[in-house]
Amino acid sequence: MRPGGTAVKVPVAPGVRLGGVSFVWRPWTAGVTVLLAAAAFLVFCLSIGVGDFPIGLPRVLATIAGRGEQVDEFVILDLRMPRALAGLVVGIALGVSGALTQSIARNPLASPDVLGITSGAGAVAVFLVTASGGAATAVVDSVGLSAAALAGGLGTGLLVYFLAWRRGVDGLRLILIGVSVTAVMQAVTTWLLVTADIRDVARAQAWLVGSLDNRSWDEVRVALWCTLVLLAVVSCAAFQFKPMHFGDEIAAGLGVRYAAVRAVLLLCAVLLAGVAVSAAGPVPFVALVAPQVAMRLARCPTPPLVASGMVGALLLTGSDLVARTALPVSLPVGVVTAAIGGPFLVYLLVRANRR
Amino acid sequence: MAVESITGAVPAAGGSARLSARGVAVGYGARPVIDGLDVAIPPGVVTTIIGPNGCGKSTLLRTLSRLLKPTSGTVVLDGEDIAGLRTRDVAKKLGLLPQAPVAPEGLTVSDLVARGRHPHQSWLRQWSSDDAAVVGRALAMTGVADLADRPVDSLSGGQRQRVWISMTLAQGTDLLLLDEPTTYLDLAHAIDVLDLVDDLHESGCTVVMVLHDLNLATRYSDNLVVMRDGAILAQGHPREVITAELLHEAFGLRAKVIDDPVGDRPLIVPIGRAHVELDPVSAELAQ
Repeated sequence: MRPGGTAVKVPVAPGVRLGGVSFVWRPWTAGVTVLLAAAAFLVFCLSIGVGDFPIGLPRVLATIAGRGEQVDEFVILDLRMPRALAGLVVGIALGVSGALTQSIARNPLASPDVLGITSGAGAVAVFLVTASGGAATAVVDSVGLSAAALAGGLGTGLLVYFLAWRRGVDGLRLILIGVSVTAVMQAVTTWLLVTADIRDVARAQAWLVGSLDNRSWDEVRVALWCTLVLLAVVSCAAFQFKPMHFGDEIAAGLGVRYAAVRAVLLLCAVLLAGVAVSAAGPVPFVALVAPQVAMRLARCPTPPLVASGMVGALLLTGSDLVARTALPVSLPVGVVTAAIGGPFLVYLLVRANRR
Repeated sequence: MAVESITGAVPAAGGSARLSARGVAVGYGARPVIDGLDVAIPPGVVTTIIGPNGCGKSTLLRTLSRLLKPTSGTVVLDGEDIAGLRTRDVAKKLGLLPQAPVAPEGLTVSDLVARGRHPHQSWLRQWSSDDAAVVGRALAMTGVADLADRPVDSLSGGQRQRVWISMTLAQGTDLLLLDEPTTYLDLAHAIDVLDLVDDLHESGCTVVMVLHDLNLATRYSDNLVVMRDGAILAQGHPREVITAELLHEAFGLRAKVIDDPVGDRPLIVPIGRAHVELDPVSAELAQ
């Protein structure tokens, strides 16, 4: 029992130490994350190669590396890259956003879909498309539909946060209020669709299903930069978040100003989900399932941020590839993310139960 | 006995209080739970706060640990106003274990205890060799080194509580605040955890805890703080403080205080209505 001055040999995690920099070394988690990233990149390249003018994987890789032929360069960089890149960016944003909300609420049900962000963006978008007034048209003309939807998602997300606030944020309360607000937003959306002109409804529906079709470089560039900036903020704050997996009181005892850290990270999660929705429409299920799949593959007790982003990217680019190639009819990517992600999570859960 | 804290540093010398509250008032919302309370925690001993439900025991502990901000008055930690210190610096001096903490499912013991190093870490310096050494010692001191690779949720309640105490020790502090460390534990596990607290006390730690069981509080502490209605009723060594009169005043409990047959502390025998056979003299005393 005596602590003593002698070195005690005890099994603690090994570390990587270089000068003043040190990290815990978890080979399995690191390996799985690298493999997921490689898989996401592979699917990204395959997705670029597929189309009316098929291009093989070596030529895709050569073109990305800047050593391709001129024809390939035009098809890949100008035509197909925006769509593929949008899939990657939206997948990462949704995966990280889901990992953050699930960690903050300490509940796997808390995804941006449940917290009202997606439905709020949808309601605003449908309102702007179906409203025949001059003001709505002016808004769409000046800031664009995506930006307006983003604002709607953010507004709804913040509304849920403030309604859930009662001397701190309780995970279950956050989810209940999120579910309620989502229901209201969906009712508003349905009401708008039922009462609107039929041509507007078709346009609104096209936005609501979530798709990567017809992305332009301009849209993708905005989403990419927003996501990179947000990920930088998240990675700075993530270290302070670590003790918060044990609850507010333990975190406070370990010297974390938990209210500030949580507010920053929740805002980042809401913004990431908002960026994803404005880039690809409300793609369902990725933010819910990606962190849970990442946790189980990487064998982490809490949603791992990087691996969640990689699973999100893999799921979204993979689903888009399947939606475009394997199915007889062209489906919106959101249908496929749910169809692939859901059963895979169920499989992981069932396998864990049997172990 | 050589006094040595977990980091190998010699604890602050002198007989002055490590932690004290001066005229603190605390409340949730408008309702004051504690109003104008003074208390000093002596160094190197186990202090236990006892009192009836809702008397403000946990509130006092949470105020001393800076989890709650007093509406008036100050809490002084090692001579400094705790409100003026950085949260991180408080965490390096004072370890806090709240009631019934919960770890994420599947988290291993060594990862949980390693989290105790957080106040000493930074974004770039997340796992130094110092960290590993202190965590190793914290695991060994609390007797959970053999469980290091096990998930926390697979352990018994008593082992789990040892692990959490190990985490607060890994903070590198010799001042521990434990809020009802024996809640939900059966008597054998409660004794096990309190024996650990006594070991820590022997190695130089100052411990402040809230306990419900009066006999365990009497057996394991050198300093009792008895509270009622947000105020301190009595304070001192259990042999001086624990009397039948005080128990009646604090808890409204009829009890007989006898000599502990296995120790040198008083033993409280509660008197209820069922199965009690008292001779007339004792019955009168117990009134």
